[in-house]
Amino acid sequence: MSTPAFDYLFVFFEKLNLYHTIFIMTELKTEMTSCNCGEIQEEELYERLKIIVKSQRTIPGALIPVLQTTQNLFGYLPEKALRIISKELKKPYSEVAGVVGFYSYFSTTPKGKYTVRVCLGTACYVRGGQDVLKALQKELNIGIGGTTPDKKFSLEVGRCFGACGLAPVVMVGDQTFQRVKPTGVGEILNSFE
Amino acid sequence: MTTVYINKQAVEISEGSTIFDAAAKAGIRIPTLCHVENQFPKGACRVCMVDVEGARNMVASCTTPALEGMKITTNSKNVREARKFVVELLISEHCGECKTCVRNEDCELQQLATEMGIMEIAFPGETLKTFIDDSTPALVRDSGKCIKCRRCMTVCNEIQGVGSLFAQGRGFDSKIGPAFDQHLDGVMCVQCGQCAAICPVGAITEKEHIDFVWEAIEDPKKFVVVQTAPAIRAALGECFGYEPGTRVTGKMVSALRLLGFDRVFDTNFTADLTIMEEGTELLTRLKKALVDKQQVALPQFTSCSPGWIKYAEYFYPEILDNISSCKSPQQMFGAVAKTYYAKKAGVDPKDIVVVSVMPCTAKKFECQRPEMNDSGFQDVDYVLTTRELARMIKQSGIEFRNLEDGVMDSPMGSGSGAADIFANTGGVMEAALRTAYQIVTGRELPVANLHLQPVAGLEGVKKASLKIEGCLPAWSFLEGVELKVGVAHGLGNAKKIIEAMRAGEEFHFIEIMTCPGGCIGGGGQPRFTTNEIRNKRIGAIYAEDEGKQLRKSHENPEIIQIYEEFLKQPLSHLSHELLHTKYFDRN
Repeated sequence: MSTPAFDYLFVFFEKLNLYHTIFIMTELKTEMTSCNCGEIQEEELYERLKIIVKSQRTIPGALIPVLQTTQNLFGYLPEKALRIISKELKKPYSEVAGVVGFYSYFSTTPKGKYTVRVCLGTACYVRGGQDVLKALQKELNIGIGGTTPDKKFSLEVGRCFGACGLAPVVMVGDQTFQRVKPTGVGEILNSFE
Repeated sequence: MTTVYINKQAVEISEGSTIFDAAAKAGIRIPTLCHVENQFPKGACRVCMVDVEGARNMVASCTTPALEGMKITTNSKNVREARKFVVELLISEHCGECKTCVRNEDCELQQLATEMGIMEIAFPGETLKTFIDDSTPALVRDSGKCIKCRRCMTVCNEIQGVGSLFAQGRGFDSKIGPAFDQHLDGVMCVQCGQCAAICPVGAITEKEHIDFVWEAIEDPKKFVVVQTAPAIRAALGECFGYEPGTRVTGKMVSALRLLGFDRVFDTNFTADLTIMEEGTELLTRLKKALVDKQQVALPQFTSCSPGWIKYAEYFYPEILDNISSCKSPQQMFGAVAKTYYAKKAGVDPKDIVVVSVMPCTAKKFECQRPEMNDSGFQDVDYVLTTRELARMIKQSGIEFRNLEDGVMDSPMGSGSGAADIFANTGGVMEAALRTAYQIVTGRELPVANLHLQPVAGLEGVKKASLKIEGCLPAWSFLEGVELKVGVAHGLGNAKKIIEAMRAGEEFHFIEIMTCPGGCIGGGGQPRFTTNEIRNKRIGAIYAEDEGKQLRKSHENPEIIQIYEEFLKQPLSHLSHELLHTKYFDRN
């Protein structure tokens, strides 16, 4: 479906106060557009953010879903986007920041091309996940939640990927690596362009 | 009605009440560090634990509804130990050096620790990191002392609707503060200090001016004059063991003189001056609208409360033209002290130091606004809160309770009863109408005892209308006009009245005071302020007004004198220069 057709539907649904439908459509539109592989202009992203926020303005408890969608849109939560959300949802900026800071899911720094997740669930932990994490921190020279200066890798910790038989597990993007040894992390990272 | 049994005593309470409310009704005090009167309970501090028969665990009484037939124990070994444990945990994180804390002996956590017999740090270990934010002129935050009770957050968000403070982060590292570790001066904080007035510990306090004031007093070259706001006399006594609502005007004057101030003057004098200027401004606006058919910003809003001014500059810049251009009484005082009085007393204005005693923290911000220097100097140099004045009196060794009553100096020391009531919500409105009505009709305001009852008291938004009849010839254009006035206190209520106005409700004049109850409930007043205490202070202020012969601003002889000798008439060129100001869009 083309973008103008989408926009026409937005207006239509807005008239009917079908904000939730608009919200779902926005998510859909975001996914569809992010598949066309071209670099989307930042301005275009802010335009979409405004539509999302507008569609959610009257719904109680809209803040968290809006933040989720925004993070999906930008890859992180830029300050400008948070200011728009605060203004449009009529929530103090301190409250928006408080919610962002409370959930580890939300990030206010841009993420790298690949997110490296080290499992520290019980099985991975007892089989040396912690040492793998340390090795990755050293190799990438960043802390947990950090991103390398070349924006290639971000490092995060996970709590059980449901693959305990493969412990310790590391995920890079959507690829899974099993029985990872601290000495082997360099090789894994090198396999990513 | 619901019946619950607290310590075997039957208590009848209305449905929807909490156990905490029920206990209060039964006269049982349950300790708490996070409860805020009339606000949705947060259950943050966990100190108010009680035992409920049949419940799996102890419950926080502030968040637990009192249900029919509940059997509650508020005093047992288990309950006492649980509460003590909670306080011990709070103390284990609290980075509070009681000996050197400004809240020493005025700290709710310390009081509870003493009461519970906590004699050692039960859980030594890591304490919170101290992060001092003294970026603003009025307030200092110390994150190491914060126990995360969230009272400040409740007043800032739910009562004031400002939203500068919120819980950030989670767990041990969480902080209460502006977004992303910003300083207060980087966010929309109006400096009202309601957070400092409600903080149970020393995590938010006013920025002290005490040392500067001592230095000025002890400098022989300086001529130090002090002005005291009307709200001080109804509250200062609380710092010296008097019942709330005790008036201590005379003792306060004697104490100020003993502290070494060269002249003791009254902000009431410039409150009367404000009425002359602001009342005339209102009548001028009405004339422009009704006779000259000009576009003029109506309703007119009052401008005495600096927190409200900053709030409007942040949140409602489009109504700045509606706000009276009059400076607040504090700033008018500074401007005339360093011009009119300097000349009269033959003192070089550069040697005059003007100190204010205010119930307010935002006044510290206001006196430092760069435009407040129309005398050629910073008009008001230092601002002490009521609490700071009490501390200075204690530092000096003055036995406050034994003082004789003193009288203010002249020519800026007399104020009418109309000036006294500036301290109460609804008071500026009443004072303005006492004068404006008489100017227009030649007769007294036609209400019992000069009190405009509908705008008095603690209801958040109050309205009244007054039909103007029998005008003097010069004011005949107001004949038959139904003057509609509104009053709001607490910025959350200010927002309500502005929204009502935007929705089309007609007003001519609106009074806004930043703090709940007006200045008597200001951020610089003695702790701890509840509605009961607000009402007592309000009563004391009305009694002060009623006890005076002089109850209308325009009859104050010192006011007549300053116009004759200096300003000539309200809204004169000189008045505009010294007594009026402008506001800035800060959005």
